[in-house]
Amino acid sequence: MRLPQACDGARILAFGGYQPAREVTNDELAQTVDTSDEWIRSRVGIASRRIAGPDETVADMAVAAGGKALAGSGLSPGDVDLVIVATCTSEAQIPNVSATVAHRLGIVAPAAYDLNAACAGFCYALANAADAVRSGTARNVLVIGAEKLSQWVDWTDRATCIIFADGAGAAVVGPAGPGQRAGIGPVAWGSAGDLAATITIADRDSFIVQEGQAVFRWATTQLHQVAQAACDRAGVAPADLAMFVPHQANLRIMETLARKLGVPRDRLADDIVHAGNTSSASIPLALSRLAERDAIRSGGHALLLGFGAGLCYAAQVVTVP
Amino acid sequence: MAPTTPTTEKEILAGLGEIIDEIAGVPADEVTPDKSFVDDLDIDSLSMVEIAVAAQDKFGVEIPDDKLKDLKTVQDVVNFVQHSSVSA
Repeated sequence: MRLPQACDGARILAFGGYQPAREVTNDELAQTVDTSDEWIRSRVGIASRRIAGPDETVADMAVAAGGKALAGSGLSPGDVDLVIVATCTSEAQIPNVSATVAHRLGIVAPAAYDLNAACAGFCYALANAADAVRSGTARNVLVIGAEKLSQWVDWTDRATCIIFADGAGAAVVGPAGPGQRAGIGPVAWGSAGDLAATITIADRDSFIVQEGQAVFRWATTQLHQVAQAACDRAGVAPADLAMFVPHQANLRIMETLARKLGVPRDRLADDIVHAGNTSSASIPLALSRLAERDAIRSGGHALLLGFGAGLCYAAQVVTVP
Repeated sequence: MAPTTPTTEKEILAGLGEIIDEIAGVPADEVTPDKSFVDDLDIDSLSMVEIAVAAQDKFGVEIPDDKLKDLKTVQDVVNFVQHSSVSA
């Protein structure tokens, strides 16, 4: 039996991000629920977030972010043969988001699937993409994290409505060229199904609910080891990272993880301040916004750490394009 | 450092004072038994988790999340740690 031609490794060619136009400030939320700007900033580190319009879909945002990443990569739609959309908030069970997104971007007949690992989704999808390219199953992959959490949030629940937001982020993954090093390190991933009940959207009539203390305890006591494992497997010390880009869940969780890893505060991506928690979109959105303002060095190493409902988690070191 | 099990209320209170000082920036001498975490020390629910995790490292006593809501004052935590140490 013949097998596809494998390559030495995969790398990220470009990032792209999209945020809806409508900005919701803490002061605006304080008009409808019992909260305040100071309270939200000190508890979760968010100053403002973006919320999609009523007719704006997960696919719309995925197309916007994916189109930017594709344009930045220099590839044409015909070069892409696999599209993965990580999402946990799509409007419909079927059809999936990814095939529609591919079609709208002019990518003809790619393999296309959605992936639900909630806030860890982008890192899961990136691992799948890197392996597909490395093994020769795909030439180039468009990986997108896109979420419209606002449609699953109870806007009278101050524990959740201050946190979650909408947006999308994307990366184009292709083969490392001759003589180039692989740009996506081995993934360290897993799940903790015993804690599945701590973050849920129980059914189509339910809102997102989470047991904040249980999730906080899990994230701040377990996940630095996952991040460290990703660094170890890639052979990159945390101290040598250009940037640590954890899922933008809660600034206090992120700062605790950075401290436990020994990553200085100025190398912790804190996109959450103006983006909120956008689940699977948060990591590629943060990366795209860092790249847009040249705040992250090309060729530097970034540690990605996704974690959330499932509970699922995944981390890998990537080389910034 | 291996957790040590304090035997006296005074030792637990002193250890708790150090933890709260480090996590919430409340001077240890203000951490007196009658103080309420929320009302007097301005400690929120996530900081309570951090305190519980640090207390586990220090005293070797696990304080589960479902018990945290019942621990409203410094004395409540001292009692919980002391009781758990004795029964362990």
